[in-house]
Amino acid sequence: MSERLALSDDILLKISKPERYIGNEVNAVTKDKNAVRVRFCMCFPDVYEIGMSHLGLQILYGMFNAMEDVWCERVFSPWTDLDALMRERKIPLFALESQDPVREFDFLGITIQYEMCYTNILQVLDLSGIPLEASRRGEDCPIVVGGGPCTYNPEPLADFFDLFYIGEGETQYRALIELYEECREQGLDRLEYLRRAAALPGIYVPRFYETAYNGDGTIKSFSPLEENIPPVVRKEIVRDMTDSYYPVRPVVPFIKVTQDRAVLEIQRGCIRGCRFCQAGQIYRPVRERDAETLKGYAKELLRNTGQEEISLSSLSSSDYSRLPELIDFLIEECGRRHTNISLPSLRIDAFSLDVMSKVQDVKKSSLTFAPEAGSQRLRNVINKGLTEEDILRGAAMAFAGGWNRVKLYFMLGLPTETEEDIRGIAELADRIAAVFYETVPKEKRTNGRVQIVASTSFFVPKPFTPFQWAAQCTGEEFLDKAYQTRNAISEQLNQRSIRYNWHEADASVMEGVLARGDRRLGRVIRSVYERGGFYDAWSEYYDNDRWLEAMAECGLSPDFYTHREREREEILPWDFIDCGVSREFLWREWEKARREETSENCRLKCQGCGAASFGCGICTAPRA
Amino acid sequence: MGGRNMKLRIKFIKKGAVRFIGHLDVMRYFQKALRRAEIDVTYTAGFSPHQIMSFAAPLGVGIESNGEYMDIGVDSLPEAADNMTSCELLVRRLNAVGVRGLEAVEARVLPEDAGNAMASVAAAAYTVRFREGQERDIPQEAVDAFLSRERIPVTKETKRGVREIDLRPGIYEFTWQDGAFRMLLDASSAGNIKPSQVLEAFFAGRGQVLPENALRVVREDIYTVRSAPDRGSSSNQGNASDRECASDRESAPGAGAGRFIPLGEIGGVL
Repeated sequence: MSERLALSDDILLKISKPERYIGNEVNAVTKDKNAVRVRFCMCFPDVYEIGMSHLGLQILYGMFNAMEDVWCERVFSPWTDLDALMRERKIPLFALESQDPVREFDFLGITIQYEMCYTNILQVLDLSGIPLEASRRGEDCPIVVGGGPCTYNPEPLADFFDLFYIGEGETQYRALIELYEECREQGLDRLEYLRRAAALPGIYVPRFYETAYNGDGTIKSFSPLEENIPPVVRKEIVRDMTDSYYPVRPVVPFIKVTQDRAVLEIQRGCIRGCRFCQAGQIYRPVRERDAETLKGYAKELLRNTGQEEISLSSLSSSDYSRLPELIDFLIEECGRRHTNISLPSLRIDAFSLDVMSKVQDVKKSSLTFAPEAGSQRLRNVINKGLTEEDILRGAAMAFAGGWNRVKLYFMLGLPTETEEDIRGIAELADRIAAVFYETVPKEKRTNGRVQIVASTSFFVPKPFTPFQWAAQCTGEEFLDKAYQTRNAISEQLNQRSIRYNWHEADASVMEGVLARGDRRLGRVIRSVYERGGFYDAWSEYYDNDRWLEAMAECGLSPDFYTHREREREEILPWDFIDCGVSREFLWREWEKARREETSENCRLKCQGCGAASFGCGICTAPRA
Repeated sequence: MGGRNMKLRIKFIKKGAVRFIGHLDVMRYFQKALRRAEIDVTYTAGFSPHQIMSFAAPLGVGIESNGEYMDIGVDSLPEAADNMTSCELLVRRLNAVGVRGLEAVEARVLPEDAGNAMASVAAAAYTVRFREGQERDIPQEAVDAFLSRERIPVTKETKRGVREIDLRPGIYEFTWQDGAFRMLLDASSAGNIKPSQVLEAFFAGRGQVLPENALRVVREDIYTVRSAPDRGSSSNQGNASDRECASDRESAPGAGAGRFIPLGEIGGVL
């Protein structure tokens, strides 16, 4: 490991958590930089503790470093204290392993997990000394690659990236790297490399495309500028999860990170089809990893990391077909190793309660339900297949088993929402409390009463969901809904047992602007950054006025992007991406939503979404 | 081998980039390292079992050390083999899964009546050098004058305000030689003093203020009070220390240190 540190002792002793910047962690990979052909710097544009909690980063880091000719290192957003010192003393941003400047790398790969990190991407480029605009980068700059869920609408970031990798990283990076080595050997320039990369599956090179706008600001056309550039970019997907690379030797941070545990990814994708959920659509079809393989990974992970806890990762883990068997195995294996099991949020039923009582202290843990909407009508609109009976039955069982804390998650501002739906949130919380007092006799109530915490977030329509055409609420509408919820809760009989939390509204509106934004927003993001804005995902650093000023300066209105229901014919900025799920299917679901009709999940009945074209996962499995 | 609930004392170093890892994270690091090494550590019962582990004295962030200690409980030791003792094998296994710079040096089985590492700390030895570009020469008279002072009062900021303390009784050794200060200071919970406090007072006495972070501190070892005559009481656990204490070790100060013994010389090797 490198003993040379990029930062002086003087700086490291001045800033918070110097451990974020010194590398040298267990399982971090060091190679001889002269013995590799390609140096890849993997970036999560947020603070170290968030970035190091991300499984995707560990997957790609491990996968790249398994390639003999590649050395992959990591970089994160320096925290604001170090950021200021680096600017003041003109210290270039460096990768953790070699402590070498990011500017010297062949690639800078940035995973883009949420919209509010966009300004941090500019921070990372700026501190690295890489021109913010891709078009201004010279031959000696790293190729800046974007990946992750936000690249399903990469347009607001189009100016800043040389290329986007659309879809799952396991499949095309090898080709991208070999093409790079080839171009370098032939002495071809950056532009020619990008031109050839654009022909690879899943690769989108924004500079080879052009957008024209109508007078009302909607998109008139989006088309390639050159003949050999594909008009549609289809997402990349791992067809067999069991054969794909898995990081059984992940980097173990010295400091406590947000998700401080070993992680076992049991499946990718989701059968449910909740209409607000982007992940449920873009990761289709659901593909399970073989249970025997997972057991082996679990053992290796625990041996290689020494972590005190292991968790399962997937969407809707309860749907994993061999979950009971896998959990039984983990309970035994973890018991032997004095290791905890952190359960994902499982559907509350007899099985999950039994498991939870085995691995957690019932008195200290809480039940989690995510009804997402307060009334059955609205749950039908969003296709959330969880009924009030399910919730009350699960709660009654849990209360009988000793639990007395419940967490409820809802969204406010869903399409078609009425005051009655909002009141439904309060009434559902109240009914759960009533079930507690009916189920648990007075002398057995540990703290005298049940603790119910209801939380609401504000609904942000996302690309590639049936709600991609829907109008989003304004900030005022959001807040009004939160007050309605609070007032409704205070009118309930059991209101003293219910606590209510809601999120901030302004940042949710701006998230909505970026989520469904177009290329013109690049100037806004740049302007916010130049006004000193970054770490916008952190409420203490988010400044709404800065965003509004920047939008006004660029002649753009937030309402255009958020508060407007789109027509079926409108060209959406992300229409050129093929994520497998067809536009026709999404429109059909949007219509069904407005008719309050539900759709069955993939396991019960194929809805013809289009993902079967990948020929894998549940689409090719025999149905129950 | 061995019975249940043995107590081990592990001496380790902290050098290089890892000097910036805070005390609590060093603990977390070793908890994970012991799991990776599959050492048979004793755990507490309950839903969140934790390892029986305690550290001698927290080391400040940025300071390197040649002599840190942690005590752990183990239910068994690795089987001695290949001309290596169980304790040596344990050290080797721990280092095989560790990072450079945080390395175990030695493990010893503690006698049953040994006090825990933290409670028994009495003194610590430090070497302090000037950082590059900050070097200066120190006349011997200055050192002599400093040591001849009866009282060395300094103010110390605590949570409850400013308080005056006298450093002099806690300075057991203080020398300047070959461009380095070497000192042996009180490190007990009641009277712990830091080398930076001593040097601030030293330079203040000469009318000088040191720039921030001008010094590079290395902790050389941690000591406990030598228990008077019955050093052999723990011989059933192996051979208690028969080496002489600090005075014969190159890194530690000489005269005056005779009443202390390094924490690592208590207990025996199995």
